Amino acid sequence: MAERCAVVGVGQTNHSSCRADVSIAGLVREAVDRALADAGITIQDVDAVVIGKAPDSLEGVAMPELWLADALAAHGKPVFRVHTAGSVGGSTAIVAAQHVMAGIHGTVLTIGFEKQSDGNAMWALSVPIPFGMPVHAGAGGYFSPIVRGYITRSGAPSHIGAMVAVKDRTNACKNPYAHLHEPDWTLEKALETPMLWDPIRFIETCPSSDGAMALVLMSEERAEKMSGPKAWVHATAMRSEPTAFAGREQVSPRAGEMCAEDLWRKGGITKPAEEIDVVEMYVPFAWFEPMWLENLGFAPRNEGWRWVEDGVTEMTGSLPVNPSGGVLSSNPIGASGMIRFGEACMQVMGTAGEHQIDGAKKAVGHAYGGGSQFFAMWLVSSLKP
Amino acid sequence: MSEADGIVRLRQPIGVEYSWSAGPNATSHLSGLMNGKLIGKRCPSCTLVYFPPRNGVCPKCAAILAEDVEVGPKGTISTFCVVNVPFLGQKVKIPYVAAQIVLDGADISMQHLIQECEADEVRIGMRVEPVWKDRSEWGPTLESIAHFRPTGEPDAALGSKAGES
Ligand SMILES: [Zn+2]
Repeated sequence: MAERCAVVGVGQTNHSSCRADVSIAGLVREAVDRALADAGITIQDVDAVVIGKAPDSLEGVAMPELWLADALAAHGKPVFRVHTAGSVGGSTAIVAAQHVMAGIHGTVLTIGFEKQSDGNAMWALSVPIPFGMPVHAGAGGYFSPIVRGYITRSGAPSHIGAMVAVKDRTNACKNPYAHLHEPDWTLEKALETPMLWDPIRFIETCPSSDGAMALVLMSEERAEKMSGPKAWVHATAMRSEPTAFAGREQVSPRAGEMCAEDLWRKGGITKPAEEIDVVEMYVPFAWFEPMWLENLGFAPRNEGWRWVEDGVTEMTGSLPVNPSGGVLSSNPIGASGMIRFGEACMQVMGTAGEHQIDGAKKAVGHAYGGGSQFFAMWLVSSLKP
Repeated sequence: MSEADGIVRLRQPIGVEYSWSAGPNATSHLSGLMNGKLIGKRCPSCTLVYFPPRNGVCPKCAAILAEDVEVGPKGTISTFCVVNVPFLGQKVKIPYVAAQIVLDGADISMQHLIQECEADEVRIGMRVEPVWKDRSEWGPTLESIAHFRPTGEPDAALGSKAGES
C-alpha cells in the first residue's frame, strides 16, 4: 500500500508572450516562491526537487535542471529532470508524487517551465528530419491532418473548434495568471480568423508563452500538520506508444484510452462524466477538446463535439473543461501540463478565485505530448482517498 | 522592470551540423531512393509493410524488419494539412499541401508535398503519383521525389485508413 500524498502548495507565474523582466531562473523562482508561500513553508523544508521542461532546443540551454539548482536551493538535495515532450508537466508532477507515495521523501517541490521567448519553438519543432521530405510545419502542421481525420469520421460541423476557443479565451479573463486576456471574442469573429494549418484556424491555436508552475507535495504525516487546503492525490496514470505504426489510431490513440482507463480504475471512478466535477485538459488546438472527451471516456465516440455544442464543457455546464482558459490561453510548453495538474488542485482546494467551480470535490489534470504519444493524468480530491 | 528599464537581452545564435547513421536496415530503402525505386520492409511477425522502414523495427511487434518490398509508385491521400503559416527555415512556398500518402502495397502513410493542383482540390482518398526530380539530383532521401500529383483516377476507398496520418 502506497503512502498517501497531498498537494499543499500551488504557485504559478504571470504567463505572457515575453517575460523579458526575468531570466529563466527568475521565472522558475517566481512560481516556486508562490508555491512555497501557498504551502506556508520555506525552501529549506524541501527534501527533493523534480523539474520538467520540453526539449532543450526550445531555449538553447542544455541541462537547465543543473543550472537551476542554485535558484532552487537544491544543493545537497536530489534533483531529477523528467522529459516526455509536451506532457512533461504532468509526468513531472507524477514522478514527484511517486517519491512521496513510495515513502522516499516527505516534502517534494516540483516545477515545470518554459521561456519560449528566449528561443523559437516553431523552428525547433520543424527541423528537417534526415532522409525525409521537409514539408512538416511545427506542431500545427503535425496535428492538423489528425483534426481533419476527426472531423471526417465524426461528422462534426466546422464551427466546433472556434466554439471551444471562444469558451477558453472567455474563461481566461477570470484567471489573472493567464497569458491571453481577450474578452471580446464572439463565435462570428472567431470564424473569420484565417486558416493557418487548414482545418485549424488562428483562433484555435495556443499562444507561445513564458511561464512556470510549481507544486509542493507532502506525505500524509506532514500534510496533516499544515492548516491550509489540500488536494489529495487519488490516482496517477501514464502511458505511451510509438509516434507511428501501421494501423495506429491517431485521432484517439490507444495509449490515451489506456491512461484514462487506468486512472478511473485506480481512482474507483465508474462514470467519469458524472463523478468528475471539473477537468483541466491539455488542449493546445481547440479541436482536441472533443477528441479528448471521447479518448478519455467522458463522451461516446463521435459525440464529443455535440457536448461542446450543447455547452456541457462551459463553466456553467455539467462537466466544465479548462475554467483556467487552458493551453489555448497560456502555453509555456514544459509548464502547460503542470498548470493543468495544479489548476485541478486549485479547484478542489477552493483557491481558484473567479474561475472556481463551486463545490468541486474531484478534479482531473491531463497532459499529452509528442505525436499524441505520451499521456499523463491525475485525479485529485478535497477528500482523502 | 523590463527591457525598457535596461534589462539586457543578448541574441545568441547556435549552429551545428550532425552526422546521422542510418544503420544497415535502412540501406535498401535509401539506396532505392537513389535509384528511383520505393523500397519498404515487411514485418516477419504481423506481415505489415513499412515505408519508410523507420528504425528497421516494427513498432508493434519489436521484430526486426528483414524482407524488402517494392511499394507504389502510386498511392492514396489518407489525410492532409494546408500550410498557410510562414516560419523560419521553411523550404516550400506557402500555401502548400502536406499530405499523408499510403503508397500501394504499404500499410502506413508517409508525408509528402502535393503539387500540380489547387490546394482546395486535394481530398482524402485522392489518388496520387510521384514526380521524381532529375536523375542527377537523386539522393538517399525522399527529396529525390519533387512532389506527388493527382493521377486523375477515381478516388480510392481507404476504409480504416481514412483520416489516418
Ligand atoms: Zn509487426
